[in-house]
Amino acid sequence: MTALAVRDLDKSFGGLCVTAGVSLSVEPGERRLIIGPNGAGKTTLFNLITGELRPDRGAIMLFGRDITRVPSHRRFHLGIARTYQIITLFQGETLLRNVMLSLLGLSRLRWNPFVRLARQGALIARARETLARVALDHLAERPLAQTSYGERRRVEIAMALAQNPRILLLDEPFAGLAIDERRDVLRLVTGIPRDVTIVMIEHDMDVALDFAERITVLHFGEVVVEGTRGEVVAHPRTKEIYLGA
Amino acid sequence: MDMSLTVVLAVNSVTLGGLLFLLSAGFSLIFGLMKIPNLTHGSFFMLGGYFAASLIGWGVDFWSAAFLSGLLVAAFGGIVERLILRRLPGAELAQVLVTLGLSFMVADVCLRVWTGDPIRIDTPSALRGATSVLGVAFPTYRLAISVIAVIFAVALWALLDRTRLGAMIRAGVDDPAMARVVGIRVSRLFTIVFCLGAWLAGFAGVIGGPILSVYPGLDQEMLPLALVVVILGGSGSLLGSLVGSFIVGFLYNFGQALFPELAYVVLFLPMLFVLVLRPQGLFGRQAG
Amino acid sequence: MKRLVVAAALAILATVPVWVGGTYYVNIASQILIAAIFALGINVLVGYAGLVTLGHAGLFGIAAYAGARLMNNGHGHVAVAAGALAVTLLGAAVFAALALRGTGLGFVMITVALGQIVWGVAYRWISLTNGDNGISVSGRPSPLGLSLASAASFYWATFVIFLLAVASMAIFVASPFGASVLGTRDQPRRMNALGYHVWMIRFLAFLFSGFWSGVAGLLYLYYNQFVGPQVVALTASAEALLMVISGGAATLLGPIAGAALVVIMKNVASAYIERWNFVLGAIFVAIVVFMPEGLVPGTARRWRGAMAALRQRAAPPVAAR
Repeated sequence: MTALAVRDLDKSFGGLCVTAGVSLSVEPGERRLIIGPNGAGKTTLFNLITGELRPDRGAIMLFGRDITRVPSHRRFHLGIARTYQIITLFQGETLLRNVMLSLLGLSRLRWNPFVRLARQGALIARARETLARVALDHLAERPLAQTSYGERRRVEIAMALAQNPRILLLDEPFAGLAIDERRDVLRLVTGIPRDVTIVMIEHDMDVALDFAERITVLHFGEVVVEGTRGEVVAHPRTKEIYLGA
Repeated sequence: MDMSLTVVLAVNSVTLGGLLFLLSAGFSLIFGLMKIPNLTHGSFFMLGGYFAASLIGWGVDFWSAAFLSGLLVAAFGGIVERLILRRLPGAELAQVLVTLGLSFMVADVCLRVWTGDPIRIDTPSALRGATSVLGVAFPTYRLAISVIAVIFAVALWALLDRTRLGAMIRAGVDDPAMARVVGIRVSRLFTIVFCLGAWLAGFAGVIGGPILSVYPGLDQEMLPLALVVVILGGSGSLLGSLVGSFIVGFLYNFGQALFPELAYVVLFLPMLFVLVLRPQGLFGRQAG
Repeated sequence: MKRLVVAAALAILATVPVWVGGTYYVNIASQILIAAIFALGINVLVGYAGLVTLGHAGLFGIAAYAGARLMNNGHGHVAVAAGALAVTLLGAAVFAALALRGTGLGFVMITVALGQIVWGVAYRWISLTNGDNGISVSGRPSPLGLSLASAASFYWATFVIFLLAVASMAIFVASPFGASVLGTRDQPRRMNALGYHVWMIRFLAFLFSGFWSGVAGLLYLYYNQFVGPQVVALTASAEALLMVISGGAATLLGPIAGAALVVIMKNVASAYIERWNFVLGAIFVAIVVFMPEGLVPGTARRWRGAMAALRQRAAPPVAAR
């Protein structure tokens, strides 16, 4: 059973077609990279998968289950987690509180208006563990606004991992990071166990190519090349798109 | 309900629809294109009526007074836009509060200057009486309002769709940064659009004068009608404003005749209908 | 230290009828508390959920009018309260379902339209609301057999309800659900991606907010022994919003302070200036012109979001303390 399959996905805005008949399938445990010039429709594809956008046509299957009609927020209960190109965490809150919010999202507790959140020991402990996994537990009480971009990116990924996803969608995780920060994030990403399937959008070829096992190239909303890393890199159309663009 | 009453109501509906179009076209432009929720719009309408009442009292003829009042309101609108709204790009809450606050101030000043008694504006003499169309007699003035509304609808459409100014307006809205790069003076454009919307509202206030009169509270009565029109028709769509205006006009008049106490509720129902089925309005663009 | 201040404040508030001079001022104090409950209710939406509303006077009015009708139909006070609040909750549900079809600005505009429609009903549906003449009622409830006819006793009853309101807000904010609401204010997209049902969270927050607006409306009816369409006018919603903003949205104290400020100014202003509407409008304009950022957490977020997007790298971390 494939982890994630997308079939004939179409999406247009007014007259502009951003996703045109995209089909792809990702195997469990795979490391898939999605590349393509700006405007190719990569983030749109993620948004369609997570349900933040509704497709005009096509289907999305998650571990064999058709989730095309499933409401967006529910998909994240079915094993999807994602990060965003621009880090949109809770600026005014501490790192600990940020992680607590992400853990709360999948818990029944989130509807409870009576108990005190600050007294939920189990939740807080899990949040600290999550931060420890990315070596940021020493900054647990630090407001997010006072951390570096690289630290925030690691927190964001940690929050996504704390949701115990089966599929992790990473949207340009290395964007805006300094070299040493990239190294940290790369180490974090490559250390993710194989029971999590990873699909990544990236522009930074140096880092991303190492990571990728299979690559899908998008151009003007269509899949133009797909295959193993070696195949895609050698493919004439890839060179055409990147050198011509 | 007998036939003649139905006809009268229908004519009144078309008239109200025409007036609403003039009022809401400006609002829709400003809101849809500039993303500014101009809660002062009802005040523009009322101010137009008050200005014209005074001008006419000083001997100016009806049509000149209508045009001039529109200009005075447009000037006021321009000052508001340049001095205040321009400093709040994209800050929607602030724009809501400031235009709301201004509407309260304007209402109060009008009350002081023109007192609380309703002021009648007389129908221009050339348009008094009735005209026969296909053998049925209609009040001439109400026919005239419909004609004026149609003329303005066509003119506005031509402006937006066929002129360079209209293209610049549309470009400036879609991507202000890019438009600036290309050389379009977006901020000047926005002032023009705001003034145009204000002029239309003020003009509408005068045209509506012979039918509605001008009185304190007129602004508060017209504003929600404009809001409902824009919610129904979709913001930024001229066609939506046109269709929405006539729907509201008909609903309001027939509703008031059939269920006199429920006029506002009758407006409520289609708004509910549209919001549930098509939240972007009948002709609005779907949010991306 | 903070507890001491809170205890002192409570003691002062609890004894108002004792040290304040005269029935007139006790009544003003009651008005302030009623306004504060209303403002706290609105703050749930504006401050905590980040949804600006200009139609809540409609819910306040629905409670007052429903209460008046029930009372005049001879029902006992328990039935009046239960009935009025039930109708208000229903109204809040309808308001929420419609307003949430819009986002941000659309939301505000729909609340304006809804509030105005309630006003239209209050003004025109004469057989239901008596139109401009309003509805008079006589009598106040007698909880536990105690009469609330005097200004002081009514004040104390209102004070108890006010305490309940404040307590419920405090519990709400500190709860997981409260955290969810705050989260949807700051990052609705992220909240969705974390598995939260953003629409439902907002809907429930709206109901909670509507409930307290209804309580305030009912208290107002008992206080005033009369309700008229002015109560549901746009100016009433605007005043309530002003209370929340001027005191500081998204805090517990802010709406209370704002309510006190606005009620006192209104009563003082009407003694010296007849033009309260002008003053109200001018205050709005002044607040916006002189402090456009950070009026309400939502607007502050817009700035922060824009700044964050422009910046590639954040400032280096502060040295550990």
